[in-house]
Amino acid sequence: MAINWFKYSSPASFYFLAGKMIPIFSVAAIILFAVGLYIGFFVAPTDFQQGEAYRIIFIHVPAAWMSMFLYVIMAMWSGIGLAFNTRLSSMVATAIAPTGAMFTFLALWTGALWGKPMWGAWWVWDARLTSELILLFLYIGFMSLQAAIDDPRRADKAGAMIALVGVVNIPIIYFSVKWWNTLHQGASVSVTQSPKMATTMLTGMLIMSIACWMYAIAVVLIRTRIIILERERHTAWVGELQGAGVAS
Amino acid sequence: MNWTSVADFLDMGGYGFYVWGSYLVSLLCIAGEIVLVFNRKRTLLRHLSLIHQSTKQEKGNETTS
Repeated sequence: MAINWFKYSSPASFYFLAGKMIPIFSVAAIILFAVGLYIGFFVAPTDFQQGEAYRIIFIHVPAAWMSMFLYVIMAMWSGIGLAFNTRLSSMVATAIAPTGAMFTFLALWTGALWGKPMWGAWWVWDARLTSELILLFLYIGFMSLQAAIDDPRRADKAGAMIALVGVVNIPIIYFSVKWWNTLHQGASVSVTQSPKMATTMLTGMLIMSIACWMYAIAVVLIRTRIIILERERHTAWVGELQGAGVAS
Repeated sequence: MNWTSVADFLDMGGYGFYVWGSYLVSLLCIAGEIVLVFNRKRTLLRHLSLIHQSTKQEKGNETTS
């Protein structure tokens, strides 16, 4: 059977596909957030060292992971858009940036609120914290640069350059706790070692992470659809959508 | 169950300010993003329907004149 892999690379068909997928991801996000928070606050035990303050982990770690994942995905779609001149890829990259920036901000914010009671400081110029702050600036730089260029195709290309160059920061963030002596604790979960925390804590954190994924996918799809309509508003299919009154 | 009362839950073992400060701001950020994205969508759709109506009118004018 021949599958047309390129069907959904057309903004018009992706618009309708995304419209069908948004409710699924939204419902999944709501359910998983509810389950994750329940486990985080009611099932997971008190930490023997950090007391209840450690419960910030259930939002801090997922936010920090998302900030890095979303950046890599944004850079990947930017790169594909740059290499193959596919409009939709660049639109997705543009749609990811605000959500990525939001998660980066949350990682820094919750980290500050966790750092104060544990380290005695809201902020230290530590390798992990500083590289995460640079990530926030990369997102803001990407968005500002795209907003400053009128021609969307040129904005895509310029943004792709920032996104691709900035990818170098991602391994720096990830390995910063190993490469430098930092105040920030090492990875709680890694591929090679068994997790260094109670199973229920880990479960809560993973469920919250999946919830953040679902949320990010839903909101990015909504934003992608908006960007598609904005950029394709002069095309026949958007005109027909308007005529039928179904552009919702 | 970790908590004996609602007050105990809100106190978070003395870390209430830090824990709830984290979760409250996270909630605000997510809610804010949702509001912003739907505002953007509403503005765009209103804008598109205005364009659509005006082009329909122009076409109507062309056929009648």
